[in-house]
Amino acid sequence: MTDTTGRRWHDMGGQEAGPVPMEGHDFALWEKRVDALMVLCSGKGHFTVDGLRRALEDMGEDAFEKHSYYERWIAAINQNLVEAGIYTLEELGMRMDEIARRGESYAEAQDD
Amino acid sequence: MTERVRVKSLCPPGHVRAPWYLRGKVGEIERVLGRFGNPEQLAYGLQADSRPLYRVRFTMAELWGEAAETPTDTVDAEVYGHWLERL
Amino acid sequence: MAHDHHEHGLSPSGHPYRSDNDGPLTYWQRMEIAVRELLIEKGQLTPAEITAQIDAMDARSPANGATVVARAWTDPAFKSRLLENAAEASREMGFDIGPLHLIAVENTQDVHNLIVCTLCSCYPRNLLGLPPDWYKTRAYRSRAVIEPRKLLREFGVDLPASVTVRVHDSTADMRYIVLPARPEGTKHMSEADLAALVTRDSMIGTGLPRRP
Repeated sequence: MTDTTGRRWHDMGGQEAGPVPMEGHDFALWEKRVDALMVLCSGKGHFTVDGLRRALEDMGEDAFEKHSYYERWIAAINQNLVEAGIYTLEELGMRMDEIARRGESYAEAQDD
Repeated sequence: MTERVRVKSLCPPGHVRAPWYLRGKVGEIERVLGRFGNPEQLAYGLQADSRPLYRVRFTMAELWGEAAETPTDTVDAEVYGHWLERL
Repeated sequence: MAHDHHEHGLSPSGHPYRSDNDGPLTYWQRMEIAVRELLIEKGQLTPAEITAQIDAMDARSPANGATVVARAWTDPAFKSRLLENAAEASREMGFDIGPLHLIAVENTQDVHNLIVCTLCSCYPRNLLGLPPDWYKTRAYRSRAVIEPRKLLREFGVDLPASVTVRVHDSTADMRYIVLPARPEGTKHMSEADLAALVTRDSMIGTGLPRRP
């Protein structure tokens, strides 16, 4: 997470890096939902943007390299909601387990 | 009258918004932005003190020395007052 | 510029639409569903709020910023209000930008501005919509503050030595938009036609407005 000089991994200004990858993508529904949860929950005071950034930073550089932007964001939102006492890890774990049994795809796993 | 400041060379281990590449560097206050909650408390779910925030302008020569791409180009960044020393 | 598409079949963000509901369910998607359901069950959020928030975000696009830029190009009093307080000037034009603190930085013959966030990926999303993927990459975040001219050449912008580059690192509570210089040969164009010249990248500083 931290190199020997004390710079944290997310603090990238001035570091060596290659060409900017120009390819992009439009956002999937689940990603838009993550974005909406972030805006709504911070609007309601469940966490701050700094709380989210702190969780993202603490996930470490591996998470940045391996997981997509909104994958890291839902993890950070969850971390902050658990810390705020909105629900417990037990509730989350049981719900995620139940969702896995609903179907093979994101669409099939919706409770509707 | 421009006010010169130096960004403190601290490196606490948690969430701070003063970038590494600016620490210890000298710049000029470009404008005063008002007071904002201290992110170093907000990040941990704490009640935050309000802290003054400044836009500070640094030359590339100051930031990168001989390696500067064009010494007179600049970087402006927002830095909280508690990270700045007045010169 | 290669990444600034406007062909058909691309979304307003300039990228192909992504199918999202047909791949295998991922761990992170399960987490999103679970978090959303728990928030709804506990009375913290309603499905309608979530839908409305997605719609509000979808409605934000670089076209909003382009409208603001075109107004500044045609109305000097508006331009000075924009440079004084870009958030208030955007609200004055009817854009719902929430609590955004926005600073507009003006490109001139002598100055070219470039926006970055080296610590995360802060972006004026409440005006321009969600950022392009490249804005969030390690390469962009690392290099913008140390070799902006080389970076800009990769984006197709080759600045003469007579132009000063000012990079703006969004490190705290402000967000930034570049007010690009009005292209030459646009004297008689309407505000709407001018807005069509303003690209997303020209408002980040990685591009220039289109030529008429």
